[in-house]
Amino acid sequence: MSSAAAKKVRPKYLSLRALLFEIRQPVPAWVSILHRISGAMLVLPFAAWLLYLLDLSLASPESFARLASYLDLPLVKLGMLLFIWAYCHHLCAGIRFLLLDLNAGIALAPARRSAAAVLVASLLLTAFFGAKLW
Amino acid sequence: MTRRVVVGAHYGSGSWLAQRLTALYMAVYSLVLAVVLLGGEPITYPAWQDMFAAGWMRVATLIFVVSLAWHAWVGARDILMDYVKPDGLRLGLEAATLLLLAVYLGWAAEILWR
Repeated sequence: MSSAAAKKVRPKYLSLRALLFEIRQPVPAWVSILHRISGAMLVLPFAAWLLYLLDLSLASPESFARLASYLDLPLVKLGMLLFIWAYCHHLCAGIRFLLLDLNAGIALAPARRSAAAVLVASLLLTAFFGAKLW
Repeated sequence: MTRRVVVGAHYGSGSWLAQRLTALYMAVYSLVLAVVLLGGEPITYPAWQDMFAAGWMRVATLIFVVSLAWHAWVGARDILMDYVKPDGLRLGLEAATLLLLAVYLGWAAEILWR
């Protein structure tokens, strides 16, 4: 008997290739790792950057005007867009985790649906706030 | 078989709860600020200055930054415990994180009470 399972090479060692192209993570895993990545990005550099912007906005009328022209730079807008996505994703995924903590939607099917909803909602929110920015 | 008695050390339940309560506060603050920023006409310097001159706004914002520091400390520590195995390196990175969060707190206080 030669089934497909019997022909597979075992043990299978993990490689970067396997991690990137062969092992497909389920959607909740993507939400989880993106929650970590966005959280780390929000601590550094974005919290520092936002404090700098708040400082500029409140220091004087001149610095407030400088902030307005600073926010018009294309690279700054790109950075803002990335910040907005990180914040929205972290917020949406965080709300999902709080609901999971309360045992809401912990069965496999609703958990996968809510994970997909988090990815979509954070992108839509990013598009909305991004449109406001431009 | 382990006979671990879950008393005294709490095994992170305090940090777990703090991270969630600070998350709730920051979520509410963010939503209110987003509504204020996008609700009305474009913000002018006098209006913006007025808003942050109010004592309650300064305190609410400082509570936000304290929440951020506490929340980020729990999260950053989780990440470091998961991925950084050498003890010395992890301790160094944890110390750097605490220093960074302390700088954020001081900077925020300086901006708010200029």
